Amino acid sequence: MGDLLDIRDLRTDIRGRRSVVHAVDGVSLTLGEGQILGLVGESGSGKTMTGMSIVRLLPPGGHIVGGSVVLGGQELTSLSDEAMRQVRGNEIGVVFQDPMTSLNPTMTIGNQIAESVRRHSGSSRGASRGAARERAAETLELVGMPRARERLGNYPHQLSGGMRQRVMIAMALAGEPRLLIADEPTTALDATIQEQILDLLEDLRTRLGMGILLITHDLAVISRYADQVAVMYAGRIVETGPTGPLLRRMRHRYTEALMAAVPRRDQDAGTDLYSIPGLPPDLSDPPVGCRFHPRCPNAGGDCRTADPPLVTVAPGHQHACLHPVAYRAETASSALTLTERSSDGRRSVDARAAPLVEVHDLVKEYPITAGLLQRRVGAVSAVAGVSFSIAPGETFGLVGESGCGKSTLGRALVALEKPTSGSIVFAGQDITAMPAGELRPIRRNLQLMFQDPYASLDPRMRVGAILREPLAIQRIGSRRDQDRRVDGLLDEVGLRPSAAQSYPHEFSGGQRQRIGLARALALEPKLVVADEPVSALDVSIQAQILNLMRDLRERLGLSYVIISHDLAVVRYMADRIGVMYLGKLVEIGPATDVSDHPAHPYTEALLRAVPDLESTKRVSRGNGAGPARSTVRGELPSAINPPSGCRFRTRCPRAQELCADVEPPLRPFGPHHLAACHFPLRDPLSSAADVHAAKSPGT
Amino acid sequence: MTAPSLDALTLPQGGEVRADGGLWRAMSRAFTANRLAVLGIGLIVVIVLFCFLGPLIYHTDQVYTNLAAANLPPSAAHPLGTDYLGYDELGRLMAGGQSSIEVGLAAAVTASAIGVIWGALAGYAGGVLDTVMMRIVDVVLSIPGLFILLFVATIIPPTLGTMIAIIALFAWLIPARLVRGEVLSLRSREYVQAVTVMGGRGPQIMLRHLIPNAVGVIVVQATFQVADAILIFAVLSYLGFGLSAPAASWGEMLSSGTAYLYDGYWWQIYPPGVAILLIVLAFNFVGDALRDALDVRLRQT
Repeated sequence: MGDLLDIRDLRTDIRGRRSVVHAVDGVSLTLGEGQILGLVGESGSGKTMTGMSIVRLLPPGGHIVGGSVVLGGQELTSLSDEAMRQVRGNEIGVVFQDPMTSLNPTMTIGNQIAESVRRHSGSSRGASRGAARERAAETLELVGMPRARERLGNYPHQLSGGMRQRVMIAMALAGEPRLLIADEPTTALDATIQEQILDLLEDLRTRLGMGILLITHDLAVISRYADQVAVMYAGRIVETGPTGPLLRRMRHRYTEALMAAVPRRDQDAGTDLYSIPGLPPDLSDPPVGCRFHPRCPNAGGDCRTADPPLVTVAPGHQHACLHPVAYRAETASSALTLTERSSDGRRSVDARAAPLVEVHDLVKEYPITAGLLQRRVGAVSAVAGVSFSIAPGETFGLVGESGCGKSTLGRALVALEKPTSGSIVFAGQDITAMPAGELRPIRRNLQLMFQDPYASLDPRMRVGAILREPLAIQRIGSRRDQDRRVDGLLDEVGLRPSAAQSYPHEFSGGQRQRIGLARALALEPKLVVADEPVSALDVSIQAQILNLMRDLRERLGLSYVIISHDLAVVRYMADRIGVMYLGKLVEIGPATDVSDHPAHPYTEALLRAVPDLESTKRVSRGNGAGPARSTVRGELPSAINPPSGCRFRTRCPRAQELCADVEPPLRPFGPHHLAACHFPLRDPLSSAADVHAAKSPGT
Repeated sequence: MTAPSLDALTLPQGGEVRADGGLWRAMSRAFTANRLAVLGIGLIVVIVLFCFLGPLIYHTDQVYTNLAAANLPPSAAHPLGTDYLGYDELGRLMAGGQSSIEVGLAAAVTASAIGVIWGALAGYAGGVLDTVMMRIVDVVLSIPGLFILLFVATIIPPTLGTMIAIIALFAWLIPARLVRGEVLSLRSREYVQAVTVMGGRGPQIMLRHLIPNAVGVIVVQATFQVADAILIFAVLSYLGFGLSAPAASWGEMLSSGTAYLYDGYWWQIYPPGVAILLIVLAFNFVGDALRDALDVRLRQT
């Protein structure tokens, strides 16, 4: 297997107004034909710039300043722009992260694919209009688009995110490239769709013999799909090698820290996640010596002065660390010690205490109106009859794919949305139909933490004013008391008091999320609803925030509702998990029980779709025709006309006629464990004694 | 935190804050980097000094006519000559400039104030109130403005105050629409929702979050409105519906000058014409640059 792509000492600078950012600083990589090379790193590590340097699609001010990129024997860095255009598409295809903005909304997808077929077919393969269209249809079929030929006339907005990404891949494949660069191809997609797309890429690689450069921040994706891994930090490759050995026996301290920061399936909920202190360095002025040393717990004096070279430890396995992880026999001498919580394992929540929140048969529908008179022509069923309760001090996790209604439910819990019917009782008071005046004092206890750390802080207010605002609104304390409380809050979330004088844009994403958390805590609430609190953050920062949230939960006796698409995060944080599908709660129960012994096929599919660090590809792939990992195919149906009976039946492998006719009720499967399925994965508790046992706590 | 952190005592867990000053600094950098903006500001300063400080140095009689000195060409006594009533053109240019700038600024401020309140209310309230308020704006906008202005100007005695009121009467519509759109988009921002969750009331949200965040857009629009108002005032004066004599305005000077267009009295036409052109251009330069500077700010956040 010859090397398809050979990058030697590649350097790319981006010239700004006041400084030069060395985005790629001496990167060397090789990729063989038919291989998947995973390029992993946090945002700002230069992984995307490396990919874009190969195809020379650099941002304004970006230049390759050194090194070579050889594709199949041809040097790319010295090619003219015209010759490079020929290489792009014909030799190299590119798939970007956001399928929403990468397609032209005014052209049918058939024309867009046909256009790239014709543009890249060159003189030898000159394709007529009809032939190009035919080829477009074939390519769409190749990427597994259902009813491909009918879809040719569709516009991008008529397709879901997953289908758009398939179109993007089809366009990249139109020129039959030898190398496909996939830059975060599934980051914007749901877990079940992500799995479909990545499986497709893997399959195409085998069928077409392409090399794939898979750029991602997600180590778990890498572990399942890549043959080779290269870990980037601060513009450099710090460790590279075959996937299995590298992930099992990583040597570089950064790789080790990155792995430790990911919550695992078997993560003990009683231990903290390892978090890398500090922030990645500024690449216009990188630290001297090893670039990771300011954040590395093992850094010695030599790390501050000497720039570690790449050393080979095993065939193909190289790292650049002066104090690498040492392995004695089988066990790693990990220096990343994690403190045990005083309370061991999962905290026991007293279920007999009066529940803090009781949600009963909650329904939220958004009317669809049409015409001049705003006639109601239909409704989007966002939440369709959900009931559950949360005990004081409990953490409740809500998981589900986007569009399942979990965010709407969370917003209803903090009274940002008025439910269509049903009730939410908070501490004995029904807040569903409460007038705004009466609700105001209760709002102190119900706070929301937002997903986007950029949109959730007023850009024109200093952080001090942002944190004081809830106190001012609720008229708590004098001005001086409020200032003191602001200092206290900043301290609680690990920021300096001087941060109060700064504006939000001066903070990094993780720091902003700390401020968001501080603001939610300012009123000393009883319940904090956290809507995707870490999904916009890098792994190392994610661990910092999750640890902080756990820490504060114990110190302040908070209850959380954690809404996330990421099962690993929810499993790590929550005492109980509720799984939502298309507005319905399909399964609810203790976190470990639900994730280890799911009863609902959807929960199981969701669990299996999420790649895990343990599931290295050697296990999962088998001999090419291994068992399908996920049993769920297709995409989430529309919530405007949800399927009759069980809403999951259209994607369920176990669905039978009964599922279309009768909506399954929630049945008990264990203590506090309920699931709504006619044909569950394990038998429900049926006898009265079982039911009784399930209902009484402490069993 | 839990891991052996390096300097647990000195390094806060959250890491350091990069301090690069407020948004205004970035904005002012972008603004001053724009040469036309600096030119515009310079022009406005020069014209304002000329109009308001000029008469203190260069004394002329702008009240009593002197027909003996009518239509004199430029000379040492009258650097820009005299008009058909014998007023000194240079002195009149200063007096006319005062009224033009006063009307322009006051009308723009009034119009923006009304527009901001109207638009913010409609955008924040939403629903039926929004629909009714914005349909009113649509209806008024659909009437040919100049026609109504002329009509109103004939029935109201023309003073500086009424001129401002008349011009503002129509000028508030555009900022109203603009602010409504802005408020509508700001209202759905997460930081605004956060205030609702804290128990904040409508007025608090409007005054502390919506309007301050829309202020950039409002200022840009108001700058253009000054130019527009000066132009409309000139048009009204030109058509004879401006301030009554002996008050001066550039539009009226231009109008009386054109009566002698064929007599070659160029000094009665070019100075007011150029003055109107320069001030309108200057405000437009500034407005454009402010808008670009605002984009810089939006890109940053």
